[in-house]
Amino acid sequence: MANLITARGDRSLRSLIDTEQGTVSRELYVNEDIFEQEQEQIFNRCWLFLGHESQVPNPGDFIVTRMGTEEVLVVRGRKDNQIRAFLNSCAHRGMKVCRYDQGNALVFTCPFHAWTYDCTGALVGAAYQYAPYAYAGDLDREQWGLTPVAQFKNYYGSLWATWDPGAPSFEDYVGPFADGIRYDCEASDGTDAGIEVFTPFQKWRLPTNWKVPAFSSSTDLTHAAMTHRSVNAAAIGPDRGTMSGGDRGKRRAAFPADRYAVGDHNLGHGGNWSDYRQPGVPEYVDTWLEAGVDEYFREAHERKAKKYAGRILPPHGHEGGHFCVFPNFIMDSWRWRWWHPHTVGVVERWSLFGVDKEAPKHVKDAVRHYVMRYNGPTGATESDDMENWNYVFSASQGARARKRNYYFANGLGRGFETDKYPGVVFNGSHTEEAHRARFSRWLAFMEASSWDDLYPVNRAKSHRIW
Amino acid sequence: MTERANASLEAMDRVVLLKDIEQFLYWEALLLDERRLTEWLDLLAEDIHYWMPIRRNIKFGDWDLEYSDPESEISYFDEGKDILTGRVRQINTGVHWAEEPVSRFEHIISNVLLLEVNGDEARVSSKFFCYQNRLQDEVNLFVGRRYDTLRRDPGTAFKIAKRDIILDQNVLLPKVVNTFF
Repeated sequence: MANLITARGDRSLRSLIDTEQGTVSRELYVNEDIFEQEQEQIFNRCWLFLGHESQVPNPGDFIVTRMGTEEVLVVRGRKDNQIRAFLNSCAHRGMKVCRYDQGNALVFTCPFHAWTYDCTGALVGAAYQYAPYAYAGDLDREQWGLTPVAQFKNYYGSLWATWDPGAPSFEDYVGPFADGIRYDCEASDGTDAGIEVFTPFQKWRLPTNWKVPAFSSSTDLTHAAMTHRSVNAAAIGPDRGTMSGGDRGKRRAAFPADRYAVGDHNLGHGGNWSDYRQPGVPEYVDTWLEAGVDEYFREAHERKAKKYAGRILPPHGHEGGHFCVFPNFIMDSWRWRWWHPHTVGVVERWSLFGVDKEAPKHVKDAVRHYVMRYNGPTGATESDDMENWNYVFSASQGARARKRNYYFANGLGRGFETDKYPGVVFNGSHTEEAHRARFSRWLAFMEASSWDDLYPVNRAKSHRIW
Repeated sequence: MTERANASLEAMDRVVLLKDIEQFLYWEALLLDERRLTEWLDLLAEDIHYWMPIRRNIKFGDWDLEYSDPESEISYFDEGKDILTGRVRQINTGVHWAEEPVSRFEHIISNVLLLEVNGDEARVSSKFFCYQNRLQDEVNLFVGRRYDTLRRDPGTAFKIAKRDIILDQNVLLPKVVNTFF
């Protein structure tokens, strides 16, 4: 298959997606050449999630995070308090300049030849820089700083970056999902950028292709009944009832909304949305076993109700479903999960969990314990997903297996667009509309030679392939 | 930093206590490996705190940052008996796909060290080497150390009242953790 995809813009990639039948070749998931092309075409151009501003609260604070296969240093400037992001690779010979997960630094000194960078990424010195028998002062410090991201955005506390200076702004990149991201960064009382995250990142490895989880989770409502069959036995919900407590269904039922699978075929984002039919917020339903927690959330909720009294809630995570920001980030109001590819068959999953910055300790503790027992490699719910995602990959690699396309036709041909969110295709809540949207955008990225082919996109120049 | 403070016991009492503790810990490991998880639960005190932190790569000296803080941060395990009981119930459904088919585990416990005796409670450290073999070729190694508070119990010899599990990993390399340490 390698000859199919050696060149950028090779149209034959299109032949791997059967838009009539609604199927996708397994080559997309198991082919190493496609994986390599994804790194250049997708991860080197898209806006990717880095972390949250609360992870670097003070001047000099840093975390090491990732953008796909590459490590990125996020650091808050000591003089200007600005957060910046850099490739974690020395400009000299590529050594990781920082091998700590987190800390506070005056400077970052490379352990190889002592090239030293300040918290703005500028080269401030190197061993022997003025020695007449070495650099003799010839080292151009302006030119040899750390590699900065091309664009950086602090969006209501969530940190994002892209390597591509030609990419559109973050707001344009996320399009109709911007309001949902902003909403998911609100505190429970509606205060903008009102959350912080529990540290550290959860990180673990899974032997599968990154798209298996990233193009599926957040959208795939049909998996829950089977995959998570055992979870309710564990009684891990906030009320120690079912996996997520009994509140969400009740809340939705009491507040008129239409629930859809949505996919933005032009931008690639998608997920599950509630389209609310009236202004205001759903009534708060008691959820927590721990004393004093419902009281806190109920009071916060009343303040939020005032804020939204005359406004219709934006589609957002959690009660309204959750959504993927193309290519690899999945957002709910209470947890952010994303997938860093390592190789065609290995992905590293990271998570962060948000909580109201101003919440008292007993509330933070209750939320924290819930997210720990629900999520991650020790989470009662997510552990079952890992098993499926692992063996999807291993059972798709064989020469025979590769010849059988995956089915993505659930709801094919039944989607519709509205004037409210141009470009977003709505479909039944348990359809695969959001999956298909990701493939529309995936193909556009894999074929496009620059952002000129990728943005702006509209009905006249649509990426929708099915 | 671990200190030892068990000098108050008579030598023979210390030997007998240590032997009892070792036998208890080996018995616990056997119950886990024979998949007798309901019986394993009976070894846990009702007020157990079971904690396994995430470990950061940190600069020498930044020791406060190394383990995720059980008071404010995310750990792998940070829970009591109710949640541990739920986990066992989940495995015992037979449809918990992460551990269905079940794994082959061996928990090797060693370096049992009596740190302190205080009334009917003993503080004990030990090492674990846990080998997992599952399906055809899934192999995982979980290696680390534990700090236990064991409370004398007439029925099961001891109950585990507190367990801190220090796993020697940063990015968790196995896809899930579906045993106990």
